Amino acid sequence: MRDFKLVVIQLAICAIASLAHLLAGGFPLGALLSGDEAARLILVDLRLPRLVLGLVIGASLGLTGAVLQGYFRNPLADPGIVGVTSSAGLGAVIALYFGLGGFLGIGVPLFAILGAATGAAVLLLVAGARASATTLILSGVAVAALANSLTALMMNLSPNPWALSEIAYWLMGSLANASWTEVSVALPLIAAGCFVLAFTARALDALTLGEETARSLGVNLTLLRILCVAGAALAVGGGVAVAGAIGFVGLVAPHLLRRFVDHQPSRLLLPAALGGAALLTAADALIRLLSGQGTPLYLGVATALLGVPFFFWLVRTQTRGPA
Amino acid sequence: MIMLSLAKATLGHGQCPVLQDVNAAFAPGEFVALVGPNGAGKSTLLSALAGLNPPISGEAMLANRPVALLSPGERARRIAYMPPDEQTVWPVPARTIAALGRMPHRKPLERLKAGDEAAIDAALEKTGVAHLGHRRFDMLSSGERARVLLARALATEAEILLLDEPTASLDPRHQLGLMDLLAAEAASGKLVVIAAHALGLVARYCSRVILIDGGKVAADGPPAEALSESNLERVFAITAPGGARPTGWSPA
Repeated sequence: MRDFKLVVIQLAICAIASLAHLLAGGFPLGALLSGDEAARLILVDLRLPRLVLGLVIGASLGLTGAVLQGYFRNPLADPGIVGVTSSAGLGAVIALYFGLGGFLGIGVPLFAILGAATGAAVLLLVAGARASATTLILSGVAVAALANSLTALMMNLSPNPWALSEIAYWLMGSLANASWTEVSVALPLIAAGCFVLAFTARALDALTLGEETARSLGVNLTLLRILCVAGAALAVGGGVAVAGAIGFVGLVAPHLLRRFVDHQPSRLLLPAALGGAALLTAADALIRLLSGQGTPLYLGVATALLGVPFFFWLVRTQTRGPA
Repeated sequence: MIMLSLAKATLGHGQCPVLQDVNAAFAPGEFVALVGPNGAGKSTLLSALAGLNPPISGEAMLANRPVALLSPGERARRIAYMPPDEQTVWPVPARTIAALGRMPHRKPLERLKAGDEAAIDAALEKTGVAHLGHRRFDMLSSGERARVLLARALATEAEILLLDEPTASLDPRHQLGLMDLLAAEAASGKLVVIAAHALGLVARYCSRVILIDGGKVAADGPPAEALSESNLERVFAITAPGGARPTGWSPA
């Protein structure tokens, strides 16, 4: 593997972030060794699923961001740009609004996934079979705007302040409710989405020189578009379903790592996934450290707080000319 | 032997015809130039030959099969096409750009093999940009970029080369070098079709000129006939005593 060193370093960073995540807020090692059942439950049923979910969702956001930036040939693209984040959020908000959260125990995730699928289907239908990347991005923005406005309408109409705050907090993203149930809902979807997205790698390289050249190199742009949208819907929808909308990771993770892979879209995919996993896990560790009783911090806040300094540094160094 | 052909083809974009009733057959070893005023339809014809812009009516055939029926992979291995104005958004090294030419030969997620590396090296060497391989593509001059893009097309080692204005941004010396190179590719049995405005070079190097004007093929033949004084006056509205003459320039 060409980027072996980078990947090893990233795996180490992921491991450090994971350790920090487990240790944040104190680790009952002594109790665990003496066979304390409560300590074991805290570790196995509370902290581990939250850690696993953070790693998996972070990776899916990083990968989706890298694929979409490659497909749109635009470093500003993030998983939200095709509208699946917003439509998954809308699905979840509908479930919360109508009190369907308890449905089969997985009402909110189920509706979020339905929302993501609907958003992706509408996007592909509106953009049409021969859509260019520009058409798709505009259609995605429209789908996102529609989903966001319907979400806002739900909040407008919400019957009481309690329901309103539940929706608002949910939309900010959080791993606080993670259990193995959430993991078992999200993991298969995210894995399927990442699997689909991995097949775009070669075509993304071909797109380096534009759509015409990519076609001449044998890329089927219609198939590529469907892979991108379906993969994003599965990978991002699965994450939004259990943790709400977590911003910034999908935008910043590919950005931070692009320079280490010579800016080549295909080589960026794995590092972006690992970077997303590390960033989200670190952000969640920070949240667990800072959140006191009754003042839960939300994940989207921390990912931005951790990511933005890197981002500023990156923008500064890039504007200084060739690396 | 006919390699690539258009029969009774109407070409255009969407349902809007640009060229009507195009009949042209190309054999291996030919070095053909498409010549015509801006907007005449040279690029439309080239992309139709490349199988990227299917005829509105009529048929584009590769050997005896419609180009449209080839799998995208097979088409890409047999036809290398260089569109005009290729741009990149990512500041990748020049060699990575040239390496894209090997993509039709690779399976998804497969790495470059020794044969691929050799083909890329050979292509960069031929176009004289081997020393620029590690430089950022977007920081090269437009002429250097054009030569890297040509290397990308050559690296495919396809039997058909379709190049849209390959001489456009090159200095005179590199224009001569490029035409020498393409003539050698044709002599080795490939079909080379270019769109070009450099008529002196076309007259010297190309074996055949297709002159396009007013939505149809105005002339098709050896440069001396197709680029005659009367044809040039009719198509380009210029006075060119004796027609397009082969340039006598050569690298010193």
